[in-house]
Amino acid sequence: MLKVKEATRTFNNGLAGFNNISFSIKEGETVGILGTSGCGKSTLLRVLSGLDQNYDGAIEIGGVGEQPIGMIFQEPRLMPWLTVRENILFGAKDEKEKQATIQEYLNLVGLSDFDAHYPKDLSGGMAQRTAIARALIGEPDVLLLDEPFSALDAFTKMQLQDLLLKIQKNRLTTMVIVTHDIDEALYLCDRIFILGGQPGTLQAELSIDVAKPRDRGDSFLAAKKAEILELLHIEKEVV
Amino acid sequence: MTVNIDERELFKTKGKKSVNVNFENKVRGLALGLLIPFILLVVWETAIRLNWLDAYVFPAPTTILQKIIELAQEGTLWGHVGITFFRVLIGFLAGTFAAVVLGSIVGYFKWFEQLMDPLIQAFRAIPSLAWVPLFILWMGIGESSKVMLIAVGVFFPVYLNIVSGIQGVDRKLIEVGKIYHFTPLQIVRRIILPASLPSFLVGLRSGVGLGWMFVVAAELMGASQGLGYLLVVGQNTYSPELIIASIILFALLGKATDSLLKTLEARALKWQDNLQNQL
Repeated sequence: MLKVKEATRTFNNGLAGFNNISFSIKEGETVGILGTSGCGKSTLLRVLSGLDQNYDGAIEIGGVGEQPIGMIFQEPRLMPWLTVRENILFGAKDEKEKQATIQEYLNLVGLSDFDAHYPKDLSGGMAQRTAIARALIGEPDVLLLDEPFSALDAFTKMQLQDLLLKIQKNRLTTMVIVTHDIDEALYLCDRIFILGGQPGTLQAELSIDVAKPRDRGDSFLAAKKAEILELLHIEKEVV
Repeated sequence: MTVNIDERELFKTKGKKSVNVNFENKVRGLALGLLIPFILLVVWETAIRLNWLDAYVFPAPTTILQKIIELAQEGTLWGHVGITFFRVLIGFLAGTFAAVVLGSIVGYFKWFEQLMDPLIQAFRAIPSLAWVPLFILWMGIGESSKVMLIAVGVFFPVYLNIVSGIQGVDRKLIEVGKIYHFTPLQIVRRIILPASLPSFLVGLRSGVGLGWMFVVAAELMGASQGLGYLLVVGQNTYSPELIIASIILFALLGKATDSLLKTLEARALKWQDNLQNQL
């Protein structure tokens, strides 16, 4: 579905960004990209999304949909002058056609009662749910998420993670999630890439073969977390 | 059952109360705004009635009101107000149009800004009244030189606000458009224009203010009709009540157009998350 071959994008005389990264992602797979700050994981997502065109290497995105890429940013990035409904329809190529399906998406993200509200009246979680609906309505082949829930409180975060799982299950969307939250990656992802160094390189790849939905307190996931912390060269928490 | 009915009645009264409170708040705000002008008018009138001030130099509000009514009854008032309003309107539209076109291009294209902005800023540094003799030489003492002067006055605030509005648009919102492969035109129409609307409306309001300022200058420099012309007539015929009457008419007209734009602003920007829109 998504193939990246020896992609490189660096700034500041090669000190920031990422270097020589290759991987491929199957359809319907959820991949997490973990790394300490400054390792180029957000840059990688910007390159994948096409926002940053100055990279070397090759990126192939399979799929024939009207919209190959959907992106969810760290902030909701809603247009403040549009209502929730209009925001969700913002990127739709054929707004009339989507009018029929919008109710379905409003229900999916639980905002049916708020479709006429402006973003100023929404909570952080509701705004991010609107952004999720906006990204989904174009039925993208690959959904890219850049630290999507890092600005939200713990409970909202868990709710939205479950929402993503539901979406993934229903639509088999291929997802790439950049995050610095190890628990989030372990909860959502089939595979986790660890990026490290400056510029960042792909340091390790872990498969998480546990059926979803997973138990957040699973001991296998806890062991994986320790492994990831080791890989990230972060010392284990003192108990 | 009875409990239910009671509750409903409770809600009803609550609803009524909130409407009343809203209305009361508005009336109170209006009354508060009119308080000081009213006191000033009373003090002014009394000062003249008690001969503290010389009525020939400083006519009483009632005298001025009489003058305005007299002009209205003669039928000349509407002609004066109308032509002045018309000049401001045409000048405002022309200045705004030029500012929108130039400001959008300068705001959007970096190279065009580098090309045009220094020149425009240099023109801005010229006190606009300095154009008066030149416009009269070029276009005579007709309508075109007046409208031109007003347009120049309106142009700069609108232009500056459009440019800064466009340049201040959040890059993050533009990126959303890029994700959807918007064309540059779509990005301008669907993201940049609405996002810079608040700034544009601020520009329009200061533009209208300057328009009223410049129409006075334009009509002072030679006109046979208009509120500015009444100022000159008042000066030449030694009738301060005529001068103050036209000043008051200017104030009313300026306030009216500004209120109009302010209402438009509030309507267009009800999505804004600011103090104004707080419940």
